[in-house]
Amino acid sequence: MKATTILTYQWKDLLRGRWIIGYGMVFLLFTDVLIRFGGGGPRALLSISNIMLLFIPLVSMIYGVLFLYQSREFTELLLAQPTDRKTLFWGLFGGLAVPLSLAFAGGVGLPLLYMGVLFSNGSEALMLLVLGIALTLLFTGLGFMLGLRFFDDRIRGFGFALISWLFLAVLYDGIIMAVVFLLGDYPLEKPILILSMLNPIDLARIIILLKFDISALMGYTGAVFSRFFSGAVGISISASVIMLWIGAPLWHSVNLFNKKDF
Amino acid sequence: MWAKVKCCLFLVALILPGQYTIARQIVVSQNGETGSLREAIRMAEPHDSLIIKEGHYPEHDVVIDKPLTIIGEGKVVIDGEGKGFVLIIRSDSVAIKNLEVHRSGRSFIEDYAGILVEKSSDVVLEQLTLTDNFFGIYLSAASDTQLTGNTITASGTRETSSGNGIHLWYSKNITITNNRVEGHRDGFYFEFVEDVYLTGNLSKHNLRYGLHFMFSDRCAYEHNVFQSNGAGVAVMYTKNVEIKHNHFEDNWGSASYGLLLKEINNSRIENNAFINNSIAMYVEASSRNRIYRNTFSQNGSGVKLMANSTDNTFTENNFLSNTFEVTTNSRQNFNEFNKNYWSQYEGYDLDRDGLGDIPHRPVRLFALVTERHPQALILLRSLLVGIMDAAERFIPIMTPETLVDLQPKMRQIQ
Repeated sequence: MKATTILTYQWKDLLRGRWIIGYGMVFLLFTDVLIRFGGGGPRALLSISNIMLLFIPLVSMIYGVLFLYQSREFTELLLAQPTDRKTLFWGLFGGLAVPLSLAFAGGVGLPLLYMGVLFSNGSEALMLLVLGIALTLLFTGLGFMLGLRFFDDRIRGFGFALISWLFLAVLYDGIIMAVVFLLGDYPLEKPILILSMLNPIDLARIIILLKFDISALMGYTGAVFSRFFSGAVGISISASVIMLWIGAPLWHSVNLFNKKDF
Repeated sequence: MWAKVKCCLFLVALILPGQYTIARQIVVSQNGETGSLREAIRMAEPHDSLIIKEGHYPEHDVVIDKPLTIIGEGKVVIDGEGKGFVLIIRSDSVAIKNLEVHRSGRSFIEDYAGILVEKSSDVVLEQLTLTDNFFGIYLSAASDTQLTGNTITASGTRETSSGNGIHLWYSKNITITNNRVEGHRDGFYFEFVEDVYLTGNLSKHNLRYGLHFMFSDRCAYEHNVFQSNGAGVAVMYTKNVEIKHNHFEDNWGSASYGLLLKEINNSRIENNAFINNSIAMYVEASSRNRIYRNTFSQNGSGVKLMANSTDNTFTENNFLSNTFEVTTNSRQNFNEFNKNYWSQYEGYDLDRDGLGDIPHRPVRLFALVTERHPQALILLRSLLVGIMDAAERFIPIMTPETLVDLQPKMRQIQ
């Protein structure tokens, strides 16, 4: 049995649940409305990115956890088949992450296409799609990791997922804010740069902000950031940070899945 | 009755010959009477006309010291070849039309200009093209002068080695209409001038300011466009100014302003459009100004209002999708905001009178935070900042209590 077979089965199962269509529709609706009333310029794209940064981590992670719990019996049934665990894992993961990514890409991409933004602001729109897909993969992976770690203790697994989201989306920024307030008199640009790169949501947000030329608004801080992120070193470092964030939880999940006594 | 008519006719007969017999025409062309503009000016009597035929005239420091009308026919280029001034006007009633003035000298000591008007009045400069001059048109102690339909371009790269497009010094009653200035240091620079009327001009891609004036009272600026200048527009130390129907656009940069006001008093700023500037309007130490029916759209900050400004009224302006609508540096506010439209307003209008029922506070908490700690701007558009702002909006603790629009409009003002 191949990973793709499992993947297609999962996909059908998801579509039958219909919620993934709803997820895509939410993006479609928001994007359509925002472009229609925001004029399709960079401002509309910024608002879309705001929604993306809020929704994708939450939905991907929560669903990553729930999905594992939901399909527990199915997983156990498949484990009884002559298939190795690695294949099964990638089948399960792909079965969730790929439809989620597609729903996002379709939901945001379609309005961008038929409203013509993809042609007028092509590079920004593409960056938005790529970042959204990367975040989907990343947070689905995190959700899987938490789900496997607390496979039998559903409440804890679910709770940890919620708390991790809260931490990365809100509390982490609070720490940055505190650092700025406490040590504001020191040249903080580089430490803050490093600090905010460690959080994937912040990293994605900053890449988007700089892409839309908000850097001018940000004075000296903006100049430091903008120089870093437009250079080859900055781009490769931020790309590797995101890759690491996608890779590490997945690697850990595969290990957990391989050793798990179901 | 007939006696009166005869009397009039007699007077007219007396005046007419005096007016028309003196004026002559001198043609300057490479194969005509004279091939040199300087020579022709020497030959001319006051009030003569010089017709310059198409051609390239390498002459510099040409002094026009008597009332003359100089008209170019076809493409006439007076080329300063990078030495000194090109044309110097030192007489009243000089008119110059349809010439190209090219390449004045460049200097760190002298303000070389394409056309220098010195201590003269009733000068008309019309349909001129000035290219690659240090200063474009330089008016020093001039009065009652008109600059109309001129195109002034340079390709300066550094502020220090570049002059201003139209430079006015100690002048009064100057009308500047439909000119276009590009690539100079400042597009328009006025110092110690009075009663200047600047209308229908375009100033863009200048290295420093699109328009820069100081100590220039009672001037009016209408229907001009200031676009993509290095530091936007900055006006200072002046009272009784009217700035109406202008466009301030695309002044994007860490030290760039749509319109910077410093010590501007008793002035009216009305019906202007501020679009896509990093800070649309910066108000410092300015008082008693009326800011009425302007549109602030898609700027970083709509209005940056420093606490040393007092008694300014902001009425019926549109604030549309600015990152920050108003920012300030203090909890105190002595200015009035009334009946503006704010796209970030979240209130309602139960009695349907077109005005929101709850007041709007345009200063976000985050704006205050970044004013004190600019590094915090890295958190722009994060969820945390959204939550903070919402909390502050319900119970204002840190934002200025009196900086509030009590009657925000529900609909955009047309």
